Amino acid sequence: MTTTVQGSNRPGTPTVELSRPLNVANVRAEFPILTTHVHGKPLVYLDSAASAQKPRVVIDAERRVYEEMYANVHRGVHDLSMRASEAYEAARGKVGRLIGASSPKEIIFLRGTTEAINLVAQTWGRTNVGDGDEVLITGLEHHANIVPWQMLCAEKKSVLRVAPIDDRGVVDLDAFAGLLSERTKVAAFAHVSNALGTINDVIRMTALVRELAPQAVVLVDGAQGVPHMPVDVKALGCDFYCFSAHKMYGPSGMGALWGRKPILDAMPPWQGGGDMILSVTFEKTVYNETPFKFEAGTPDIAGTIAFGAAVDYLTGLGLDRVAAAEHALLAYGTEVLSAIPGLRLIGTAPDKTSVLSFVLEGIHPHDAGSILDYEGIAVRTGHHCAQPVMDRFGLPATIRASLGVYNTREDIDALVRGIHKVQEMFA
Amino acid sequence: MNSDLRDLYQDVILDHGKRPRNNRVIEGASVTQPAYNPLCGDKGTLYLSLDAGGHNISDASYVGQGCSISTASASLMTEFLRGRSREDALHTFDLFHEMITAPPDEASHRAVPELGKLSVFSGVAEFPARVKCATLAWHALKAALVEAGPAPAPVSTE
Repeated sequence: MTTTVQGSNRPGTPTVELSRPLNVANVRAEFPILTTHVHGKPLVYLDSAASAQKPRVVIDAERRVYEEMYANVHRGVHDLSMRASEAYEAARGKVGRLIGASSPKEIIFLRGTTEAINLVAQTWGRTNVGDGDEVLITGLEHHANIVPWQMLCAEKKSVLRVAPIDDRGVVDLDAFAGLLSERTKVAAFAHVSNALGTINDVIRMTALVRELAPQAVVLVDGAQGVPHMPVDVKALGCDFYCFSAHKMYGPSGMGALWGRKPILDAMPPWQGGGDMILSVTFEKTVYNETPFKFEAGTPDIAGTIAFGAAVDYLTGLGLDRVAAAEHALLAYGTEVLSAIPGLRLIGTAPDKTSVLSFVLEGIHPHDAGSILDYEGIAVRTGHHCAQPVMDRFGLPATIRASLGVYNTREDIDALVRGIHKVQEMFA
Repeated sequence: MNSDLRDLYQDVILDHGKRPRNNRVIEGASVTQPAYNPLCGDKGTLYLSLDAGGHNISDASYVGQGCSISTASASLMTEFLRGRSREDALHTFDLFHEMITAPPDEASHRAVPELGKLSVFSGVAEFPARVKCATLAWHALKAALVEAGPAPAPVSTE
């Protein structure tokens, strides 16, 4: 069996023939939580866009740190500290290679995408964005890619501009281009919309920024991108790329910021403290080099090493194969959900991944969520931390089923049966 | 249907969820109180009319959008409130809140006689994720009565 992946709009994904599709049964066996029962029914986990479950290798990696090599990093000459530091820096290398960084030094370990965006807003932003300058985002952003810029704009008397989305949930690129000018200092947008699944045409959007606002930096919120497709930051052409470990089968409270080295070098440090300095006297402190000047304090050592294990796990599966499997499952889900009377899919972009957001006529998403939960089906109901997206569609909330490497057609079929139960109850 | 789910979605709740009573604006209400649950996006407005003495609720209504639990809760609450004193209303808030936040084992099928028809919400205790839905209108009530200020002291004509 061969599967073709259309990679035209997926940077770093050439069209490839996949002779070995993902063996989802084997994948499922790696995730201990999938044998759990909820309300007496086998768990059907369709909430990976909120947070993905963890394979045994990630859980074991974190445990092994504490059992075999735990000590503080970058601090001691003793053997355990050396081992921990080595494993910690090895994780930096793995994360950098995953997204095509030029050097591991371009990877800053943080708590997640939210912290990464805040870091850029508070360091690059506060240094370079001033009175009357503009920050351009889009109408499909997660709150994490809205609020940090609003805070920056309020402080610097700059203006937040928003490129609208159309009825399918696709960014209007003409409007996006029209909002770029010599005043634009930052263009920040999602790689993939968490609420709708839309894959933004990052390459084209970045090219537009370079052409129409060459002074601006481009930040991509990759939280929903990295888990679902190969990512090459050089091919994307952006300046910053932010992502979270927990959405890519790694530990929660971990994530990374990638930035171009010369830009990171020119940025002031963020938080002050240990590890981010070279020397401290009461008169003067000399900051450490990139990336350490952004990593004050003792980090989540075990979590970072487990993040590296999650990268190994995903690259072992093959992100092209992951993308192909999830694409096929999304197509199946779209087909069967569309056939349900009274169900309306929200987010129908031609280029989508991993998200099936929908509403049921006359039924509030929260009621649907409780009934689905009773069937053992975990979906997210609510605004998905993207209230402007909900407002755009005139909805208070949607039901969102989101896919991961372990999902099957049987999971989708269970969802369909669950939706029928919801509709029966509220008929 | 699963029996536990039936505890949550009783017929009275389904009925009031579909056809909420007192779903109207009270022009010239004594208190207008917005209600908002940021977790799920449910929004509404509670209207209260107090009698001339400011002690009793002469009329109550609720207009909003929400799930069937929050809609039914607002509907049954406004029915319950009419003609009640402010003290009675606040006492009922406490009883209602206690009923639906009780540990599930204790609360199963436990109706509180004083709550009358409002006891249909006892099943919510088994669904902690839905407690906020059932209490949205009630929290608006509490805020509205605080907003209305203390009731005037009884006036004696002797």
